[in-house]
Amino acid sequence: MATQNLEAIAAAEKLSTYEWGFSSDIEQEFAPKGLSEDTVRFISAKKGEPAWMLDWRLKAYRLWLTMEAPDWAKLNVPPIDYQDAFYYAAPKAKPKLGSLDEVDPEILRTYEKLGIPIKEQKLLAGVVEDTDAMPQGRRIAVDAVFDSVSVATTFRAELERAGVIFRSISEAIKEYPDLVRKWLGKVVPQHDNYFATLNAAVFSDGTFVYIPEGVRCPMELSTYFRINAENTGQFERTLIIADKGSHVSYLEGCTAPQRDENQLHAAVVELVALDDAEIKYSTVQNWYPGDAEGKGGIYNFVTKRALCQGKNSKVSWTQVETGSAITWKYPSCVLAGENSVGEFYSVAVTTNRQQADTGSKMIHLGKNSRSTIVSKGISAGRSDNTYRGLVRVGPTAENVRNFTQCDSLLLGDQCGAHTVPYIEVGNPSAQIEHEATTSKISDDQLFYAMQRGLDAEAAVALIVNGFAREVLKQLPMEFAVEAQKLLGISLEGSVG
Amino acid sequence: MLNITNLHAETAGKAILKGITLAINPGEIHAIMGPNGAGKSTLAYTLGGRPGYEVTAGSATFDGADLLEMEPHERAAAGLFLGFQYPVEIPGVSNLQFLREALNAQRKQRGEEPLSGAEFIKIARAEATSLGLDHEMLKRPVNVGFSGGEKKRNEMVQMGIIAPKLAILDETDSGLDIDALKAVGHGINTIMRKPDKAVLLITHYQRLLDYVKPDFVHVLADGRIVRSGGAELAHELEREGYVGIDGVAA
Repeated sequence: MATQNLEAIAAAEKLSTYEWGFSSDIEQEFAPKGLSEDTVRFISAKKGEPAWMLDWRLKAYRLWLTMEAPDWAKLNVPPIDYQDAFYYAAPKAKPKLGSLDEVDPEILRTYEKLGIPIKEQKLLAGVVEDTDAMPQGRRIAVDAVFDSVSVATTFRAELERAGVIFRSISEAIKEYPDLVRKWLGKVVPQHDNYFATLNAAVFSDGTFVYIPEGVRCPMELSTYFRINAENTGQFERTLIIADKGSHVSYLEGCTAPQRDENQLHAAVVELVALDDAEIKYSTVQNWYPGDAEGKGGIYNFVTKRALCQGKNSKVSWTQVETGSAITWKYPSCVLAGENSVGEFYSVAVTTNRQQADTGSKMIHLGKNSRSTIVSKGISAGRSDNTYRGLVRVGPTAENVRNFTQCDSLLLGDQCGAHTVPYIEVGNPSAQIEHEATTSKISDDQLFYAMQRGLDAEAAVALIVNGFAREVLKQLPMEFAVEAQKLLGISLEGSVG
Repeated sequence: MLNITNLHAETAGKAILKGITLAINPGEIHAIMGPNGAGKSTLAYTLGGRPGYEVTAGSATFDGADLLEMEPHERAAAGLFLGFQYPVEIPGVSNLQFLREALNAQRKQRGEEPLSGAEFIKIARAEATSLGLDHEMLKRPVNVGFSGGEKKRNEMVQMGIIAPKLAILDETDSGLDIDALKAVGHGINTIMRKPDKAVLLITHYQRLLDYVKPDFVHVLADGRIVRSGGAELAHELEREGYVGIDGVAA
């Protein structure tokens, strides 16, 4: 264990060009390497799960054995040896929730380096005082996920007063089994796709949120994911249920330390919005993208889907994706309710050898349902960036409207931008619009900005932020600033 | 302030500037006139440091420092402002954001403290008012959807906010109606007509010079300054055209 960590630290120091590529010296507890029914049983037992949960996992595992990885995306994915990875890693001696000063100082230092607005030591040391002192609008409840297990939860008391349940999913399985059983796998079924099925079998932890009827969640909910163990697949599972007339904004931010070996991340996020409910789900993703030659980096194969089940329900996805070696991700909305609304706002940046195949699916089933897709792809280096989206209108869905806009920005002449829209209209009353543009940062723009005083990298960052503005302005303030910085940092070195 | 000696420059492998010598002192306004293709814009771009414009011989110093060694943003921070003939659009970036970042980047290079948002907006509004640019234009994306006149007024607002030592204005008067022309002239006079500042006005026509009286007028033809004089030279050119000037091909 100690040797492994030392090696990791040495590797991280050696490859220090990734600004947040460091690893923490924290004792890990690993599941045996490889994937089998025993692995699934180990995870379930480790988490003290009820029998129904183990059965659900095993069913998924057996399904997964019969499935094959999808190959339709415009991605070049090296073969993955699922037996050569760990499927569970937890920091030892998980601190009891609420007693936050027991959190491993090394973990707190990691968050500090990442600049996560968790109020680091300050807030973690004195949660109660800070809770009351902070202005209403600026509060963020953080369920900090370190590798696979939540180690710190803040603001719990106030959320409970509002009736909001905000738990790690492992806790929720034990504390709210009926709610979890009712909704788990209802939006993304166990058999949905290869990676979602794998997740169903081996998900390690994640977040569960329930907003009761008529409640407006009193603060932004935020979860930070970190991958910190060598060869550890990360399989997060998130389930958010917004009951009738409720409202919640959920923020997810990700950075990962530098690694030599590729790491698989196959998360599943399920959102359910009932009548008149609204969920806003925002992501800033900055996992290690691999080095300039394409060595290392995270494989991000994620299934995110929302069910707008109720009438007048609304789900809005916003994502800023700058990290990962390979991204396969299509946050989607099933618009079942009458007058339901789905939105997808995305900025995807690829540089060096990164590959991204990302977009959205809007499945219109309800009458008068509406959707908006705004996708901004930025490609640099020798990367490939694909927008892939589906807009489908069911035969009984009257008066559906969709507007899709896909813009691509190219830096340099060795990168690729691709747009692959699928439109399937089963009802003649639908109005579907699709606009797409491709542009390059022009020499005129660069020189103009530089003549006003900006150096080349600041000029590129400014122009790129302008290009992505429509999406960035959808982010809550806390993330908008971080995301703007991230775009600039991601593209450093992209102009010669 | 600016000393150009025997400057030769080429772009796309073609020699454009063929030995320009020009000295501009503080407090002076110089006008460079000349026919199309004489190298007027090339001179502006070369002094601004635009990539693709290669100096092949000669020198240029700015306040004693070697201008040609500096990156474009370093020239800006040193106090050189280039007014563009075709101001460039930057979608999604507001005028205010653009100028604040630019100005603070210059201040940082000079070792000065950055301006706060409030300080900056005060300055920006004052300049916009002075130049007759609607304050709402400051919030709009840089030059996007601006008319030709608005773009040129916007260049003047930028010049006012940045407050350079030397402004090189490349055909700032082209395509302007009389009101915009007056506004641009007013901008140049109020911002730059000062003992410690200087202007190099590049223009094809004499009409801007009705509003900004130059101290010196130079005629540029085929990459060389073929004649220099006072303000009266501009009137002569307006009357008789460039053809009569030595070195200008008929």
